[in-house]
Amino acid sequence: MRPPSPSIPEKEFLFTALKQSLRLDGRLPLELRVPTLTFGPELGWVECALGKTRVIAHVDAKMVKPPPERPFEGMITIHSEISPMASSEYEIGRPSEEEITITRMLDKVLKRSDAVDKESLCVLAGQRVWHLRLTLHCLSDAGNMLDCACLAGIVALKHFRRPDVEVIGDEVTVHPPSERAPVPLSMHHTPFCLTFAFFPDPETSPVLDPSQLEQRLSTGLMSVALNAQRELCVVQKLGGVPLSMDEVLRIINVAVIQAKELDQLVDARLKEDWLGRNVELI
Amino acid sequence: MSIVLPGQHVPAQHVNLKLGPGLVQTVGNATSGASTSASIIATRAGSLNHSANGSKWWVENNSRRYVPAPQESVIGVIIQKAGEGFRVDIGSAQPASLNELAFEGATKRNKPNLKIGNLVYARISLAHKDMEPELECFDAQTRKSEGFGELKGGFMVRCSLGMCRQLLDPKHFLLPLLGARFPLDAAVGVNGRVWVSAKDVREVIAISRCIESVDPDGGGMDEAGVTNLLRTLGL
Repeated sequence: MRPPSPSIPEKEFLFTALKQSLRLDGRLPLELRVPTLTFGPELGWVECALGKTRVIAHVDAKMVKPPPERPFEGMITIHSEISPMASSEYEIGRPSEEEITITRMLDKVLKRSDAVDKESLCVLAGQRVWHLRLTLHCLSDAGNMLDCACLAGIVALKHFRRPDVEVIGDEVTVHPPSERAPVPLSMHHTPFCLTFAFFPDPETSPVLDPSQLEQRLSTGLMSVALNAQRELCVVQKLGGVPLSMDEVLRIINVAVIQAKELDQLVDARLKEDWLGRNVELI
Repeated sequence: MSIVLPGQHVPAQHVNLKLGPGLVQTVGNATSGASTSASIIATRAGSLNHSANGSKWWVENNSRRYVPAPQESVIGVIIQKAGEGFRVDIGSAQPASLNELAFEGATKRNKPNLKIGNLVYARISLAHKDMEPELECFDAQTRKSEGFGELKGGFMVRCSLGMCRQLLDPKHFLLPLLGARFPLDAAVGVNGRVWVSAKDVREVIAISRCIESVDPDGGGMDEAGVTNLLRTLGL
């Protein structure tokens, strides 16, 4: 059952608070909840939490025969599971508009932005390539699940290491991790997705990383995906309030700063985790 | 206090035994009478509690999904006007129904004026597993409102069911602590919703954040922590 839309007192209070630039969780309008990244025992298993929104991402690799039209490229598939476990608004077997938006955006940000070098996943042209499978489990939705899922996905890809392979002639040997150190994926860049919510009152400033209530009461969302090198990958705005060019540029400038901060945080966390792991191996 | 799991037998025995939430008497053994001690089983996991004389037994746990039980006060959102009443979302599996005559001073001519999206504080008058729950906004004997009715303004905070029950406990520190700092109105529903109202927006936000951080479901902050939090909020 879809929960009913927020009650009148909730709506009125949120709008009055936002007019004074106050948010219910004490954040500034353009402040991101600090993401918490937890790495699992396996490489490529990451749990990302933005406040109470939680997503688990998991990467595994398999060797397959490539399709004849792309013999030199590896494959990546994304499986996103948005179940009623996340929130009662999602139903099994009947994806809502929101769910489709999230799935398509994940595909754009993680796959079509060419974050992973697909050619490096080729082992033997036309014969053997790596097939990466990224599974995203949405555990709970407290707003802005898209950004959380994108972050979880990209961190999982960065965290993942595939087994080393050796090619002699036509013979492919896969070395298990116990024999040879697994190699990280070659990444072109790391895109981050940031979502802004807009409100009916033109004087209310847009908010970054909306909570569930803010998201449901907003008149429109705009998602921007970009990397720390200021390269814009995706801008998505489905309906909602019309925005002027200046405003869009202002938002993108905010997103650039946030993406840089996210990049630093992710790198620091990955490094920390990797150092911890090496100790374990010895 | 002990922990019980669903299906576990509970050694509850009393001449005038009353079972609370999470306990049932199995029908098979109940007729024999003699072996009542073996026929009481728990239906949910939690800590087993009983009153001082052992006549009342119940299981306490924390959850997020509300299951209606009669005589509990809840906060609901009007989602639909239906015939002679309203359909109200109280966070349970089914929406509850609220008759428009179940208000103080309501007659066929003088009906309450509630819109879709309004909040109401109501008591569950009927909760049966096969029927839609029913609500009332007055005391059926005295026909007085007793504090029930529409909640105007303010804000509704969502929390876990355990947190709601804690807030209803007069010995719990949170509401007196907040009340000592600024005047506030609060209505606690046991369905995981707390309505709060204060003069300033900042105060309402402070209450909402305090409830969220004290909630055993997400933080479980103690009194000192809340005092600190309030200090950082400048209240």
